[in-house]
Amino acid sequence: MKSAVLQLPGLNRDRDMIAALTRISGQAPVTVWQTETEIPDVDLIVIPGGFSYGDYLRCGAIAARMPVMQAVREKAAKGVKVLGVCNGFQILVEAGMLPGALMRNASLKFVCKEVKLEVVNADTDFTRAYAEGQIIRCPVAHHDGNYFVEDETLKAMQDRGQVVFRYAEGTNPNGSMLDIAGVVNEAGNVLGMMPHPENLIEAAHGGTDGRGIFASALDVIAA
Amino acid sequence: MIKARVTVTLKNGVLDPQGKAIEGALGSLGFEGVHQVRQGKVFDLELDTSDRAKAEDELKAMCEKLLANTVIENYSIALL
Repeated sequence: MKSAVLQLPGLNRDRDMIAALTRISGQAPVTVWQTETEIPDVDLIVIPGGFSYGDYLRCGAIAARMPVMQAVREKAAKGVKVLGVCNGFQILVEAGMLPGALMRNASLKFVCKEVKLEVVNADTDFTRAYAEGQIIRCPVAHHDGNYFVEDETLKAMQDRGQVVFRYAEGTNPNGSMLDIAGVVNEAGNVLGMMPHPENLIEAAHGGTDGRGIFASALDVIAA
Repeated sequence: MIKARVTVTLKNGVLDPQGKAIEGALGSLGFEGVHQVRQGKVFDLELDTSDRAKAEDELKAMCEKLLANTVIENYSIALL
């Protein structure tokens, strides 16, 4: 399966993401620069983490309004999978492609640590490699991961299985509602998550718990 | 030219950890009886028009499209 990685000024996790996608899919992703208005035919578009445009105004706000995001929106509408990690998640909510908002961590501090994630919904394009309720390890590194959404929308999201990952075992690093760490859109082809699965995919990382997200999205789950 | 000021504030019910920290800091400085501190943003703009109605329409569109995240924020527009 082919993948693409967005590159915007200030994003700094793109190389980790390219390495992860290359290793897991066996082919390097294409890179897409911020000014491009078309994205090549791929099965998965990834928006990596970082601090796009210095996180000015609000995290992800400027990036979400760049022309390339219109191209991402069009691809997503056609069913192409989109994964946003960390700043990528913030960009997707700012672009209105995912519900809710990501606010300053309740502690007001930047957190960089490992957390535990519960796979709440294992029946998505991104979590098939896991079992429902499985607890995985994953690193986080962010200042604004405090997920907020109106109660009414949250209820509807829960009914539809849109809450995909929750921080488990008391490891919520940011005060997010219901310990939410990752959500999908209604159609199920756009996932945003604060933790960094690309940083836990090989033995040298100290674990491979994050691999399943890419293996699921790239359809390369080992039998 | 019209000068305008846009104020963006968090909606009621949205937790504001920065406001809470500021409230705590005010308390520790000896300012007593301070409650419900909410942090917001102010944008000062100059527009190349003298049509006030048009300016307001444009500012509203700017707020909806960029200046405010209407999931969590309210905005108000004042022409100066």
